[in-house]
Amino acid sequence: MDQQSATQVPDSPQHAGDEFERQPVPEKARKGSSAFWGMYAGEHTAGTEFMLGPLFVSWGVGAFDLIVGLLVGNLLAVLSWRFVCAPIATQYRLTLYYQLEKICGRNLVVLYNLANGVLFCFLAGAMVTVSATAVGAALPNISMPSFQDTMPTGVAWCVAVVILGAMMTFVAIKGYGFVARVGHLSAPWMLLVFAACGIVMMGKLHSTHIVELLTPAPGTQAKIGFWGVVCFSWFCNAAMHIGMSDLSVLRFARKPSYGWASSAGMFLGHYIAWICAALLLVYWVRAKGADPARGVPPGPMVWDAVGWAGLACVIVAGWTTANPTLYRAGLAFQGLCPRMSRTTATLIAGALCTLAGMFPAVAMKLLDFVGLYGTTLAPVGAVILVDVYLADRCGFTQDWAQKTGRGFNVAVLLAWAIPLSIFYFLYLKYSIFPSYMTLPVYVLTGGLYLVLAKAMNGSPARTR
Amino acid sequence: MKTIAMILGIIALGLTVVPPILFATHSLAEPAMKRLMLDGCVLWFVTAPAFMKGGAE
Repeated sequence: MDQQSATQVPDSPQHAGDEFERQPVPEKARKGSSAFWGMYAGEHTAGTEFMLGPLFVSWGVGAFDLIVGLLVGNLLAVLSWRFVCAPIATQYRLTLYYQLEKICGRNLVVLYNLANGVLFCFLAGAMVTVSATAVGAALPNISMPSFQDTMPTGVAWCVAVVILGAMMTFVAIKGYGFVARVGHLSAPWMLLVFAACGIVMMGKLHSTHIVELLTPAPGTQAKIGFWGVVCFSWFCNAAMHIGMSDLSVLRFARKPSYGWASSAGMFLGHYIAWICAALLLVYWVRAKGADPARGVPPGPMVWDAVGWAGLACVIVAGWTTANPTLYRAGLAFQGLCPRMSRTTATLIAGALCTLAGMFPAVAMKLLDFVGLYGTTLAPVGAVILVDVYLADRCGFTQDWAQKTGRGFNVAVLLAWAIPLSIFYFLYLKYSIFPSYMTLPVYVLTGGLYLVLAKAMNGSPARTR
Repeated sequence: MKTIAMILGIIALGLTVVPPILFATHSLAEPAMKRLMLDGCVLWFVTAPAFMKGGAE
């Protein structure tokens, strides 16, 4: 899972939030393609990759389904960045928030910010959990959570999470720039540590036959198959590509073709790193008799594979990705209460993140959580897509809120809330894998917005 | 200076990935591999700031 920044400027010393927040990015501020290739490669090699690979093994996913499914899903994700997000980003050159505000009004953006902020906190909490497993590997007194644990595993675990969470929050408040720099510098090294884990595991398992190694034991019931893997890898960053969160990043691109840079993140971070991380659990299952359903936390597996360098990687990967996430959550909360200082907002986000990190539920159910995250936030991208390409053709007002001066576009709220309510009902009642629902919810939101906008915002007479 | 740092950085990355390959081919013992990887980790974080551009804030 990636840590794509909605507010990050590739290779720039300044925060995107500091400039061009409410105006198109001018020619002189645009960036070359190399900045985007580096940024995507770094942002998508995160601490949570150590969870996702083993979770596929734990779910009994077959070798073909994993290897080919990830290939197809990641390709679709790259195409989504290139052909859905990048064209709009380079045409209008606005942040997601401003693009959205023009359509749905400032008050509805606040609602989006709330959902965004809370989900960011849980995501950062999962990263704290992953980092804490590295601390636990070095301190045997800490009882580590298994994949089936949802509650804190003891006082020592909570203390480790609170210390890490407090440090991350403090840095997010005071020294975010430093951590962003460390994250950028550590990206090439982290990727090689992932590769090293895979190589060492192949050595210990005395086989380089990846397909054979990733084949589950006979009789294993897979929770998801080929299409589950495709949907997950396509939509785990749905909020960023089809959800248009990366408008904020790609608006700095000179050409829409820079959207191809996302392939660096997808095929290095979400393909090679996931498969290498998966091999860690394969080894523990085959050589150490671990129960794949219960799994093994990332810290002990990486410690066993590559020692201190691995533990450093788990902590650095978790830390450098949790901090920008915390920072963004703080900004989102600040957007809700503009009078609140960023320090207070980040403190609230940090407290929520640390609390979430104590409960292994989010990290251990990351395949589900990432799907929920994408399905909840991505639909606003469908609204933007319909507004940009179909407003004129279908006869309703483009950028309705901006043109009418209204603060709340009811058509957008209904188009977002109705499909999402159906999705959450199905998820809670039938435990449907969330990534299966991302595309239907997205399409339904776009379709509903088209109908509702035409009915409610179509007539020029209704437009002030 | 930058060139020297870059060369050392490449060596650091080599220390991160070559020892695991040697271990997998039974040419290097596990403790030595882990030690060399740690050396690579330290060397990378010492040298990389000198030649890599920083991340965005």
